[in-house]
Amino acid sequence: MQHYSGFGLLKHSFSHHENWQRVWRNPTPKKKYDVIIVGGGGHGLATAYYLAKEFGVTNVAVIEKGFLGGGNTARNTTIVRSNYLWDEAAHLYEHAMKLWEGLSQDLNYNVMFSQRGCLNLGHTLQDMRDIQRRVNANRLNGIDGEVLDAQQVKEIVPVLDCSDRARYPVMGASWQPRAGVARHDAVAWGFARGADTRGVDLIQQTEVEDLIIEDGTVVGVRTARYGDIRADRVGCVVAGNSSVLAKMGGFELPLESHPLQALVSEPIKPILDTVVMSNQVHGYASQSDKGDLVIGAGIDGYNGYGQRGSYSTIEHTIQAIVEMFPVFSRVRMNRQWGGIVDTCPDACPIISETPVKNLYFNCGWGTGGFKATPGSGHVFAASLAKGEMHPLAKPFSMFRFHNGALVDEHGAAGVAH
Amino acid sequence: MFHIYCPHCCEYREEEEFHASGQAHIPRPLDPDACTDKEWGEFMYFRANPRGIHHELWVHGAGCRKYFNITRNTHTYEILEVYKVGEKPSVVANEAK
Amino acid sequence: MTQELSKQSNRLQDGGRIDRSKPLTFTYNGKQYKGFEGDTLASALLANGVDIVGRSFKYSRPRGIVAAGAEEPNAIMQIGSTEATQIPNVRATQQSLYNGLVASTTNGWPNVDNDLMSWVGKVGGKMMPPGFYYKTFMYPKSMWETYESYIRKAAGLGRAPKENDPDIYDKMNQHCDVLIVGAGPAGLMAALTAARAGARVIIADEQNEFGGSLLSTTEALNGKPAAEWVAEVVEELSGFDDVLMLPNSQVNGYHDHNFLTIQQHCTDQFADRAPNGQIAQRLHRVRAKWVILATGAHERPLVYGNNDLPGCMVANAVSTYINRYGVAPGKDLVLMTSNDNAYRTALDWHDAGRNVVAIVDSRKNPQGTFVEAARERGISILVSSGVIEAHGSKRVTDVSIAPLNEVGDAIVGSVVKMAADTVATSGGWSPVIHLSCHTGARPVWNDDIVGFTPGVTVQKQLTAGAINGAFSTVQVLDEGLSAACDALAHLGLSKPDVVLPEADVIEEGKAMALFHIPHTKPTSKAPKQFVDYQNDVTAAGIELACREGFESIEHVKRYTAMGFGTDQGKLGNINGMAIAAKMLKQTIPETGTTIFRPNYTPVTFGAIAGRDCGELFDPKRYTAMHAWHVERGAKFEDVGQWKRAWYYPQGNETMQEALDRECLATRNSVGILDASTLGKIDIQGKDAREFLGRVYSNAWAKLAVGKCRYGLMCGEDGMVFDDGVTSCLAENHFLMTTTSGGAARVLSWLEIYHQTEWPELEVYFNSVTDHWSTMTISGPNSRKLLEKLTDYDVSKDNMAFMDWKPMTVAGVPARVFRISFTGELSFEINVQANYGLHVWKELFEKGAEFDLTPYGTETMHILRAEKGFIIAGQDTDGSVHPFDLGMSWAVSMQKPFSFIGKRGMQREDCVRENRKQLVGLKTLDPKAVLPEGAQGVLDPKAPIPMPMVGHVTSSYWSANLNRSVAMGFVKGGLDKMGEKVYYPLADGRVIEAEICSPVFLDPKGERQNV
Repeated sequence: MQHYSGFGLLKHSFSHHENWQRVWRNPTPKKKYDVIIVGGGGHGLATAYYLAKEFGVTNVAVIEKGFLGGGNTARNTTIVRSNYLWDEAAHLYEHAMKLWEGLSQDLNYNVMFSQRGCLNLGHTLQDMRDIQRRVNANRLNGIDGEVLDAQQVKEIVPVLDCSDRARYPVMGASWQPRAGVARHDAVAWGFARGADTRGVDLIQQTEVEDLIIEDGTVVGVRTARYGDIRADRVGCVVAGNSSVLAKMGGFELPLESHPLQALVSEPIKPILDTVVMSNQVHGYASQSDKGDLVIGAGIDGYNGYGQRGSYSTIEHTIQAIVEMFPVFSRVRMNRQWGGIVDTCPDACPIISETPVKNLYFNCGWGTGGFKATPGSGHVFAASLAKGEMHPLAKPFSMFRFHNGALVDEHGAAGVAH
Repeated sequence: MFHIYCPHCCEYREEEEFHASGQAHIPRPLDPDACTDKEWGEFMYFRANPRGIHHELWVHGAGCRKYFNITRNTHTYEILEVYKVGEKPSVVANEAK
Repeated sequence: MTQELSKQSNRLQDGGRIDRSKPLTFTYNGKQYKGFEGDTLASALLANGVDIVGRSFKYSRPRGIVAAGAEEPNAIMQIGSTEATQIPNVRATQQSLYNGLVASTTNGWPNVDNDLMSWVGKVGGKMMPPGFYYKTFMYPKSMWETYESYIRKAAGLGRAPKENDPDIYDKMNQHCDVLIVGAGPAGLMAALTAARAGARVIIADEQNEFGGSLLSTTEALNGKPAAEWVAEVVEELSGFDDVLMLPNSQVNGYHDHNFLTIQQHCTDQFADRAPNGQIAQRLHRVRAKWVILATGAHERPLVYGNNDLPGCMVANAVSTYINRYGVAPGKDLVLMTSNDNAYRTALDWHDAGRNVVAIVDSRKNPQGTFVEAARERGISILVSSGVIEAHGSKRVTDVSIAPLNEVGDAIVGSVVKMAADTVATSGGWSPVIHLSCHTGARPVWNDDIVGFTPGVTVQKQLTAGAINGAFSTVQVLDEGLSAACDALAHLGLSKPDVVLPEADVIEEGKAMALFHIPHTKPTSKAPKQFVDYQNDVTAAGIELACREGFESIEHVKRYTAMGFGTDQGKLGNINGMAIAAKMLKQTIPETGTTIFRPNYTPVTFGAIAGRDCGELFDPKRYTAMHAWHVERGAKFEDVGQWKRAWYYPQGNETMQEALDRECLATRNSVGILDASTLGKIDIQGKDAREFLGRVYSNAWAKLAVGKCRYGLMCGEDGMVFDDGVTSCLAENHFLMTTTSGGAARVLSWLEIYHQTEWPELEVYFNSVTDHWSTMTISGPNSRKLLEKLTDYDVSKDNMAFMDWKPMTVAGVPARVFRISFTGELSFEINVQANYGLHVWKELFEKGAEFDLTPYGTETMHILRAEKGFIIAGQDTDGSVHPFDLGMSWAVSMQKPFSFIGKRGMQREDCVRENRKQLVGLKTLDPKAVLPEGAQGVLDPKAPIPMPMVGHVTSSYWSANLNRSVAMGFVKGGLDKMGEKVYYPLADGRVIEAEICSPVFLDPKGERQNV
């Protein structure tokens, strides 16, 4: 693999950047693989990368119906944090956080992971109780976190209105300093490059039309473009299409796919250095390195695969942002967009075996999948490599919805992000 | 932003008056105590969640507060039919598989 | 006036739609300039010979005005004369000039004309190909934050104000038969037709006056200047009551089911602060039966070396500045074109008395009306040629022109250099299809017009004019008429009498598909050829992206940032796609287009929010006694939308002192709580009782009239989500109470089960929360107090615990419930809400002798915690069932109907050992109050991650017990009475507590039963 560095950039500038290698190949698939990953988003590519790098499984194909990283990876608001309430979720997201912290170097691809901290605001007494509960749990789980009062919040974010003027004045916040944002596309591309280098075939523009199942065991996938491609194990990582793929496997999932919208302002000079989120007022914002305010909205209540939601949701989000940051009133919204999020009843993902043998699903990340990308890929890769679920994945079996062992993270997942 | 015909008010009203309540036609098992954990879990949580034709329950929350069903394309967002609870949809998906 | 003109070096002596008798003064970068009414900021800057209006984002190159409308990428200004009225990122081409306007450029240090950062751009630019940041700044790892802080310094265009916005924004809901987007020839023709047919019409246009291209054309309609026809139509339209005309109004979003948003600039076109009492902007939310998109087209510039130098412009923009604003933005023009249409710019330039150096046409044999007109004027036309490079440092001084091969992708002869200060280019027109794509329709490539046109949509949408690739005025007018006729037919309205105005017949030769002009050097080595000006995306950058494997157009866009600017690639995207397509050896449609998203142009946050912030962000609900609480100095707590009195400090009391006083007063004499916010649902019908039995976990079959009972409400999963007391008012009539925050949820819960599962049950629900004022008097003297206000016999014998009685209290009909959430003798007095304050005051009048003490929610929480009563939402979190709460007494497994929650709470995980259970927690140090939310462990010395057993849900200092009281969850806690739990706190303290019964006071319940 061509090593990236500042020195390399200088060297290539002398040859007018004509000699950069391709970041990945464009291969024709083989007839059979050890593992097929359906879905070339961040999680799928991370799975392929770790399969090859950590678990020595390199006879792997990633099959993507569009372009790499084109689903929710390309549409989210890039927040990374691990301050989840329940042990099971906290350990999973913290596993991801630790991988994030060395990811640029591991991939030799700068994913611009910027640990600028995240504030989850509290506006009511119950908010503050919940924040205390979560931060205490985080601390004992080895996850950084503090409870701040309104004055401390104001010091971190001077443009936030912490006065009593607000309908729901800020009472305090949880603060995770290690949280932050990353460059979403770079994450997909970095994993793709790393996987490709290690021999993984990345097959783009190829839609899986069916799963090939023999005697209750999956043996491959059927594509329009390349016909049947066989595999010993198939992992589906297809946020926004999970139920569609599950139907090919003959089962249902405890999922609903909803539109999740986000928006950016025009680029303005840096004014907001951290991520600020509020469940009660219902909006969140950060500012990108380009200057855009990156703002998130809630999910729309209806099922939707249209990658767009309703205007009223955007309206409410902007109201929340102007309520929290009155000085943004004259800033202008540049663009809005939507993704399709597969939501689970307990706001936690499914990383699981399925009723079909050798078929595994990684889905249901709802509004918060991006932050888990490396961790999700890592535990899913371990599970696919060994044919046995990784200990961190075990609590997230789809069968928890039968026995009732849910991991209810609605509080920590809170406002869609 | 949907424009929804309420079959109880007999008028088109704005989406903001309504609230989606998930997949329609999921009756509560008549004898819950006879259900296995799996059956009960499937009743509570497992959903068809199709891309395409979807029958769903909505409520006119800021209007007559009545529930009713909508058949809607979850991809194009076209509303194909509106019908009352207890009625059957006339527009249904072609089951390809 | 002559003096005004003389300063405006590029202003023409006559012509244009500006009013030379109305000079305006404005400030740009601290210097005063003059313009005229009718100018945009851009036209005024050009009139004054201002070349540089910004510095580019990445390379800090000088940039000038390129276009005349929404597609302008460079002239992005900071506007505002005071701190609070700063507006970032205003497009100078869309800002009307007004007297006193203060504008400044958004970057450049020390100033935009001499930007030192440009040296960084020049030297370092070579190391900044697309995606360079992904390839560097990684080592050493610890340095990234430093690198990033420098990257971040370069971020952003304008700045947000530091003070709050003084302006008001408004919203308006609109309904119409036809919404026409764009008031150019197609839109006006459509509007006229629809209006005459009697349709309700809204017509919106982003410009300050209607007319679109007709305002800057030299063509005639009906033998008169086109603008006269515009004036006639506008006048006729303004005569219709059902026609709403919205100039200065951008239609920015096209949402599902024909819902569109329009941002109307009401006063912010004329001042940075709205005149007192007026609104700055209005957001129209339109539901249209039919939409006619008559949005026109944007001219595409051609891509050539140094094409970003000030003086390089889009051809049509040059014509617009001459014809509409009376400004010729230079002296010596070179026009490069691939089509006939742009010849008009050379004609306009020539007719304005300026020098056309040459028309450089990429085609071999141009023919057509405009070509002939140019020849007649003796303008030099170089065929089969292209401008390959512009020269100059802060403004074009020369251009290099070279002969091109037939398809325009290679140079086939020697390069000549010509002096010119202005280069106008045209690569044809891109239809403005943005709105047509907002709801997911994919545009379709049209080879004839070399552009994308709207694709198939499910919306009730019609299109007319240049958006369809119809570019001649004759065709455009005709399309406007027929789109309106189609809409009328759908609406069931008949077509009115309309005659198309007569337009000039113009012969146009075939245009050539040309995007990127080759250079003598390969693209990677040629001078920068810009595709997206605002994001500094070059042809070389796009080629590099393709070479590196970014082959999807979405990848190209994301890797290079093409189209991510505030202009969203209106000028550059098609050129970029064409360059990528050529590199990938594909056609443009094979390469595909990126998806257009709202907004078409940026929309002010304030306008979207409207008035729904601050006081109006969310309704505030007050009880009837609210003013009294305020007067009494209460502190308030937000509970749902309610403002509830939290505690009532007196004098210099601390919160704890106030709570201690309220708690002691209540237990020792009598206290009063405003409990009006509790949800109240009136339930009637012959099956009401059966229904209650199904939705509550306990039994209701035998609750007699006059009796009250506490109930737990669970989800199908068996988890508690609300609780409250329900009273039997009559055989088929109940009053249910819910938590203050849960009332709406409970009502819809009841409704959905009734309407969808058990419609056969005859039962009716009605929210009566706001109908009643509820005041709870609690404490040993509460009966004595009540007796002073009623003649009714409220003795224990006549009114037992958990009875309710109708009576007259303070002369007002009341329902009094003898229920208790404090464990004291308590009466909950309910009166019609408008009597609430009266009764409350009477209670205080008569209660003085008992030192009646008002207490708020905090004291209520303490008193109930002393008794171990739960608060749903605080002591429950959706993951606990009644058995976890130790409330098996509130579950009747024997009920014939399998109540909601019964099956759920028997699932495998719900009946396992070691679930978290709610218990009392007695700190070993009685003075130590556990923080709510503290997490318990069994071994405080265990390494991190430390196994946790559950958290503290409620914890208070109890003045009555002179010790702390707490409740919390502990794994298997109900079987661990007397065992120890440790709470390691953030400050390093570890509080030790003993598991106990949550009932700390009066375990036998004697106090409430007196």
